[in-house]
Amino acid sequence: MSNTDALIKNLVEKHGNSRNNLMPILQGVVREERSLTEEAMLKVAEALDISSAEVYGTASFYTFLDTMPRGKNVIRICKTITCHMKGKDEIIEALEKELNINVGETTSDKKFTLLSANCLGWCHKGPVMLVNDDIYPELTVDKALEIVQEYAHNSK
Amino acid sequence: MSNNKYLVNLTVNNKPVSVEEGTTILDAARKLKFKIPTLCHHPDLHVAGNCRVCVVEQKGARNLVASCATPVSEGMEIYTNSAKVRESRKHVIELLLSEHNADCTKCIKNGRCELQELASEYRVGDHVFLDLVDEKDKIPDISSPSIQKDDSKCIRCQRCVRTCSELQAVSALAVVNKGDEQRVSTFLNKPLDDVVCTNCGQCVNRCPTGALTERAYLDNVWEAINDPSKHTVVQTAPAVRIGLGEDLGVDPGQRVTGKMVAALKAIGFDSVLDTDFTADLTIMEEGTELLTRLKEALVDNNESTKLPMMTSCSPGWVKFQEHMFPELLPNLSSCKSPQQMFGPLAKTYYAQKKGLKAENIVSVSVMPCTAKKFEAERPEMRASGYQDVDYVLTTREMAMMVKQAGIEFESLEDQNYDSIMGKSSGAGVIFGATGGVMEAALRTAYEIVTGEEVPFKNLNITPVRGMEGVRDAQITVKGAKPEWSFLEGATLNVAVAHGLANAKKLMQAVKSGEKEYHFIEVMGCPGGCLGGGGQPIPTSQEIRDARAKAIYDEDADMPIRKSHENPEIQAIYNDFLGEPLSHKSHDLLHTHYKPRKRY
Amino acid sequence: METAEAKNFKKVDIIFECQDCKPIEVLDTNLERKPDDIILDIIDSGLKGRGGAGFPTGLKWKFTKNETAEPKYVICNADEGEPGTFKDREILDRVPEKVFVGMALCGYSIGAKEGIIYLRGEYNFLLKDLNKKLEKFNKQLKDRNLDFSISIKSGSGAYICGEESALFESMEGKRGEPRNKPPYPTTEGYNFKPTVINNVETLVYTTMICNLGPDKFKELGTKDSRGSKVFSVSGDTPIAGIYELELGMSLSTFVEEFGDGDTKSVQVGGASGHCVPRKYFEDTIIGFEGIPTGGSMMIFNSTRSMYNVLHDYLEFFTEESCGQCTPCRVGCQQLLKGIEAVKRGERKPSYLDDLKKLASNMNLSAKCGLGQSVANPFNSIVDNFREEIIY
Repeated sequence: MSNTDALIKNLVEKHGNSRNNLMPILQGVVREERSLTEEAMLKVAEALDISSAEVYGTASFYTFLDTMPRGKNVIRICKTITCHMKGKDEIIEALEKELNINVGETTSDKKFTLLSANCLGWCHKGPVMLVNDDIYPELTVDKALEIVQEYAHNSK
Repeated sequence: MSNNKYLVNLTVNNKPVSVEEGTTILDAARKLKFKIPTLCHHPDLHVAGNCRVCVVEQKGARNLVASCATPVSEGMEIYTNSAKVRESRKHVIELLLSEHNADCTKCIKNGRCELQELASEYRVGDHVFLDLVDEKDKIPDISSPSIQKDDSKCIRCQRCVRTCSELQAVSALAVVNKGDEQRVSTFLNKPLDDVVCTNCGQCVNRCPTGALTERAYLDNVWEAINDPSKHTVVQTAPAVRIGLGEDLGVDPGQRVTGKMVAALKAIGFDSVLDTDFTADLTIMEEGTELLTRLKEALVDNNESTKLPMMTSCSPGWVKFQEHMFPELLPNLSSCKSPQQMFGPLAKTYYAQKKGLKAENIVSVSVMPCTAKKFEAERPEMRASGYQDVDYVLTTREMAMMVKQAGIEFESLEDQNYDSIMGKSSGAGVIFGATGGVMEAALRTAYEIVTGEEVPFKNLNITPVRGMEGVRDAQITVKGAKPEWSFLEGATLNVAVAHGLANAKKLMQAVKSGEKEYHFIEVMGCPGGCLGGGGQPIPTSQEIRDARAKAIYDEDADMPIRKSHENPEIQAIYNDFLGEPLSHKSHDLLHTHYKPRKRY
Repeated sequence: METAEAKNFKKVDIIFECQDCKPIEVLDTNLERKPDDIILDIIDSGLKGRGGAGFPTGLKWKFTKNETAEPKYVICNADEGEPGTFKDREILDRVPEKVFVGMALCGYSIGAKEGIIYLRGEYNFLLKDLNKKLEKFNKQLKDRNLDFSISIKSGSGAYICGEESALFESMEGKRGEPRNKPPYPTTEGYNFKPTVINNVETLVYTTMICNLGPDKFKELGTKDSRGSKVFSVSGDTPIAGIYELELGMSLSTFVEEFGDGDTKSVQVGGASGHCVPRKYFEDTIIGFEGIPTGGSMMIFNSTRSMYNVLHDYLEFFTEESCGQCTPCRVGCQQLLKGIEAVKRGERKPSYLDDLKKLASNMNLSAKCGLGQSVANPFNSIVDNFREEIIY
């Protein structure tokens, strides 16, 4: 049994195999694997006995249920107007340079994916970014670089 | 009409009308003969309310309401053609056109496209919006031999998605992504031939534009007809004769058998033959297979013989079973479908009789079906040493050929099919309706066993007829001949399902043991082949009912009603095949199935 | 816009007040009352939904209570996705028990046994703490023999799921596409059962109305806009943050308090709200009689390009439209690409008038509030800052 297989089996056991539980199951897979692979979506379809196209259709509706391969750490920088006004472009530029990728891409060592996101709900403390589930408000370029470097060190 | 529903009073364009509670504004307006345009609405499907072309003004409401999705309420005042409505509706049409690849002159749906019709009605030729069509969507998916998917023509009405899930329980198509990226897609946007699509074409039947169409092979057929070195043979399926007229100016439910034959001859086919003939042949083989299975299972206790036996005439259903219930594949009859029985016989039996070389025969079929295109290309279907059926046309493609040939269809004199594979019985005809294969099989099998006709008035086995999604019936054998004595007094349980969502329910009941049957007929499309994915558009229950009536009328008018009494059937067994399930039959007329991935 | 008398600017402390109010005690006191009496109090208070749409909360509870179908649900809408809004996160972070009690009181009043908080995926970092507190709270409910419990379902990044019927679809494991209405949630909501769905802030107010009594609440605000409201203030302001203010103030008093002295315009109600230019500050009342708002107040000073602001909003809607209905899916793209084309000179400035018509028709014909409301920012920004869009 592959890791994905076992993970999905556990998630289905925990949440149940009805359609209502599709979201928590997909969320559980993304939490562990950062994105939904073809294999994972097929396994979920099988476990819930729904078509794989429907699983894909549902997953692809939600920004956080990525169906593209993602790195170990997913950075999402808020691009909404107030963060824009507070300098999100400089943060993005700095991180693109630091990670040597463009927004939307993943580093070759698969450690980081850099994305932009719609309003993260911290307009009074922009610019702001999410790294995985953790929030980092009131960013400066230095602070953003420091945070990313910390993730780089802490993750193998 | 049920009596316990309240009547609701409203006005539409100031005209009063009373309708049952729960009626939509759309239907109330239709009752008053006010036409409201629709796109995402389809009578066979649940309401979506997403295209917004049917918006109307409700007095006192701030916003316009979608008439297809809004139930009437007491005292409502509706305006279907106010300035507000007209402007909004026009905007909706213009917006749809702006994301639609409007190369109408090149489109197979040109002249029969619902969006084009609306665009013309609302005079939006000079629409102002920017062109949003994505270049990468302009490359159609032609991976499937049956269905072509062109995303640049898609207006996201989701009729196909609802068809695939509600009617067919397949969901090969789904809505994916959101916002400007939203599309109708397969799993991970894989090619259609690489997913669980059954090729049934019900989506094609319901697509308002040219986004989902059949793969058309008319040009190949014209080429063959015009090639003097080729002998072109055409077969026509039972349901074509009761549908074709709809694309040629005739009302639904009119039989056009004689004109259809005349048109095919005028088009230039060298021989016009009938799939009904091989439908009769299917009954001989399948009826015998059923009796043999019953004996093996009930008398010999042969573990490997599976019951219930299930029909295998419908290629959409067969592929569904290969994907969804591979464990039940041994239950499928090994008989090929009538189209695929005809194919090898045309290139062997017919070729011999006519003194032709098989390689010079181009075998064409006209089918109410898109899945038949896939079926003809299955690697198993080369029993003659060649691809048995070279080209499969839908009813719609044939109508197009008639028009291209400049034939005035309605003024054609009726003509008869050619021989030696052109004669059929009423049993062959009813293959085109749900329940028809079952009825035809019972007419013959019962007589084989008892020597007597089935105990139904005028041979009409009415319990298996109708449009109920799943139907079952019992027949008790009385007076079995000595060789079938094990069936004396036995009650045969049979079931019929049409539309794959109903088939799925039936299969689950069989699998769980909740229901026990001896014989099951399934047709992949709602109504059976008469409602097939290759039939004229539009389709609705009303139209399917009219077609069904035509089929049963045709049967009732036939001099021969039972497959085994067809003289050409008797001749082919005498001259060529020997007997049902003979070695030769097995080689040419039977096949096997393969499991496919389910998800 | 009506020219009603504006209230004075007044800060209020009901939502985050923690000294006197012990949420669990509010529950205890009110569980001794009849459900109908609680609902009557909420109706009497005049409380309208704080998510933005402003439906009277008490009526919602009453309609759902009157339904016979079972089970019933209480849903807390914590899918706060409107750009410029961050108050619900703050509430859930600081006073979650007040939300829980509101849900429990609603459940008790309408006869529901299950409450669910739909929390946007962007706020997943709140989950750990919230779940811990919920565990304790659910136990407290059990100790009181109240047959009600609360759980959390997470979103996964989709603005449209804040629309109540899209939220139900999402909770049912589907794409978050808004449903046709009617039926409304009070008859067919989550799992197509009678459902009360309230915004986070609304639920806290129900708790506080049960605590203070409806009269205290009614004293605040105006006839059409009772009570106070939590505002999320951002943009060009030296004091961005969360503020609870009495409803009915004029925008000019608001700008006086929060602006940086150079305020050009305020976007009231988030991306889907209205942009008010300086010349209308005096006449604009914040409340249901003027411009209602879910609480988002984005302040722009004279250095900001309103083209960028509008472009940002339109990009947002283009991406976040669920995509099912034509006016919204295609309309948003046309508006976005349209202003780009005008900016580049590929379309004449008069094309903006075509686009305004389009926006107005989207307002009339779109399936849900998202598509309907795009006209708010579009028309108000184009009307007031036309030159900035063109040049």
